[in-house]
Amino acid sequence: MDPKTYKFDTISLHGGYMPSKNAGSRQVPIYQTTSYLFDDVDHAAALFNLEQGGHIYSRISNPTVQVLEERVAALEGGTAALATASGMSAIFLAIMTLCNTGDHVVVSSQLYGGTVNLFRLTLPKFGIKATFVKPRDTEGFKKAIQENTKCIFGELVGNPGNELMNMPEIVKIANEAGIPVIIDSTYQTPYLFKPLEHGADIVVHSLTKWMAGHGSSMAGILVEGGKFDWLKTDKFPTMTEPYEGYHGLSFAEEFGPVAFTMKARAEGMRDMGPCLSPQNAWNVLQGIETLSVRMEKHCSNALKMVEYLSNHKSVAWVSHASLKDNPDYELAKTLLPKGTGSMIAFGIKGGKEAGAAFIDNVKLASHLANVGDTRTLVIHPASATHSQMDEATLKLANMSHDMIRLSVGIEDIDDIINDFEDGFRAAEKPRLVANK
Amino acid sequence: MKFTVNKKEVFASTGGRPFDKKKPLIIFIHGSGLSHITWVLQTRYFAFHGYSVLAIDLPGHGYSEGPALESIEEQGKWIADVIDSVGVKEASLVGHSQGCLVVMECASQFPDKIRSIGLMGGAGAIPMNPELLELAEKGDPKAVDLMMDWAHGPAGHFGGHPVPGLHHINLGGSIVINGSVKNALGVDFRACDNYKNGFEAAKKIKCPAINILGDRDRMCPVKEGKKLADNIKDSEVEVIENCGHMILLEEAGKSLAILKKFIRNNHPAE
Repeated sequence: MDPKTYKFDTISLHGGYMPSKNAGSRQVPIYQTTSYLFDDVDHAAALFNLEQGGHIYSRISNPTVQVLEERVAALEGGTAALATASGMSAIFLAIMTLCNTGDHVVVSSQLYGGTVNLFRLTLPKFGIKATFVKPRDTEGFKKAIQENTKCIFGELVGNPGNELMNMPEIVKIANEAGIPVIIDSTYQTPYLFKPLEHGADIVVHSLTKWMAGHGSSMAGILVEGGKFDWLKTDKFPTMTEPYEGYHGLSFAEEFGPVAFTMKARAEGMRDMGPCLSPQNAWNVLQGIETLSVRMEKHCSNALKMVEYLSNHKSVAWVSHASLKDNPDYELAKTLLPKGTGSMIAFGIKGGKEAGAAFIDNVKLASHLANVGDTRTLVIHPASATHSQMDEATLKLANMSHDMIRLSVGIEDIDDIINDFEDGFRAAEKPRLVANK
Repeated sequence: MKFTVNKKEVFASTGGRPFDKKKPLIIFIHGSGLSHITWVLQTRYFAFHGYSVLAIDLPGHGYSEGPALESIEEQGKWIADVIDSVGVKEASLVGHSQGCLVVMECASQFPDKIRSIGLMGGAGAIPMNPELLELAEKGDPKAVDLMMDWAHGPAGHFGGHPVPGLHHINLGGSIVINGSVKNALGVDFRACDNYKNGFEAAKKIKCPAINILGDRDRMCPVKEGKKLADNIKDSEVEVIENCGHMILLEEAGKSLAILKKFIRNNHPAE
């Protein structure tokens, strides 16, 4: 006897949506509206006071966006989700929901550059400080926890260096400290890895990347695991104490396993408002329909590229956890059995100059500041996505100036390799000239 | 709020308003393995509209001290003790699933304390599938997955939670998992399976009753709910379309509207 609840590929197509409640429309409708009629004054008051569920204003919630939220919650195994205008706004919202002025967070040092800057420069303006720890330094996470630490934040596979956090061990550390773990799982998608099943409490995504796949729309989301007991200690007054904004409501007491999402929506979307447009939610839903199929191809192409790059005379080093000599190989085999993802970092012989020549001479691979597109993408992080980081922060993130970040697409692998051959050929020329 | 019943600590949500014993009291009683959280889309409304609300965590559930009570008869008696403990003479009771059995047992044992009863997915008996019962008593999380599968209708399986962004099945499952599968769900399932007094209790109920049913409910089919209502003297039945057993969440708005009308008629607030 087994439960007959829908499985991953079915949820990717149907999750969160019932045609019978939407005029029989097979496709999810785009509710392009700002606001929603109230039945009467009593109904309006009940909605505003969280006595009843429903839509008030599209900054807070929207029926098309709701389909996306429920679908991603279902795929991640979460109790609730809240979609946002971008992945960055999802991270900001998560931290602002959890922290007060004077609080502290422990953060992996290998993150998307924008996220590093959020923790390094922006959040301190709100009195929230961060300690950065190298992703492989598991003991360092423990040592960095302070009395006022409210969470551990990281990417399982760090951007751009591809180093893994030992999540099972870091979850143990967080549990001992009584603090939640927030994982940015953009690189993995729930197809490769479900952080909540491994003890994380909140997952954030930039849905702009693999989840959507098409590179047409910005979107983010936070997903709640529902297992963190906010009431266990007095460490999280933002979740447990009466909230004046809703007549003394204690989110943890009233909403339990969805308290975080309810707070993030009721306070965060109300006051900060980084809402996702219904059109972009719909665009992302189109991508999610084919998530499994695309991720399989991304991963198989990535393995072929890892092999190609590892044997190439112009490549100094390759970082991808599928490589047997990679320090994270065994951990990745355990945590990522379906594939280690399609992000590859590699060093090009000849350093920054050769890297620039390579990037300027590939034609199929697109040079841009995005990852997780169906198309192959390349960038030189030290001069672009991570350029606003100082030398010390670059060093902490283990980033070198010869590093190329590759997001492997789902084109024919032969065409990607042929394109790279052109790039490497061009990258060799400055060195040959210099040698002469 | 936390208070003491029979020398043990009990937690109940008051719907976001301070408990006031001068106001008419409604006690909400959750289903097997669940907690007060399931009632959030009913309790806040009543709490802000003239009532005092206690959405209790049964002993050994949620934030109430254990152990879980092993029979429906004990649980029914315990609800009467809750009414006494908070210093109130009478209350209306609202139950879901197993909570309906508890409500009926309390109303039949203590008719003078109960003003009206609302049932959601109420049946006269809840015989358990033997395999499900065994899994729950062993503490196997698969019992929760099976329960959530069977308990939810189309909205639970596809989507469309009344509160944007919430996921029916995962939310319900997490409430049970966050408690104890073995010591709460397993004990509850055994209590339901053992309980044979439902129809006799129903015949003794003197107060007005309503049974709100879902037409897609596989755990308490409509015909079982109507059979129960036939045994209660002053009872009515409402059937909600396309709704499974988790009526209080799947069709929170419709079930609240029905309950509002019923409670206002039978236990009005000033």
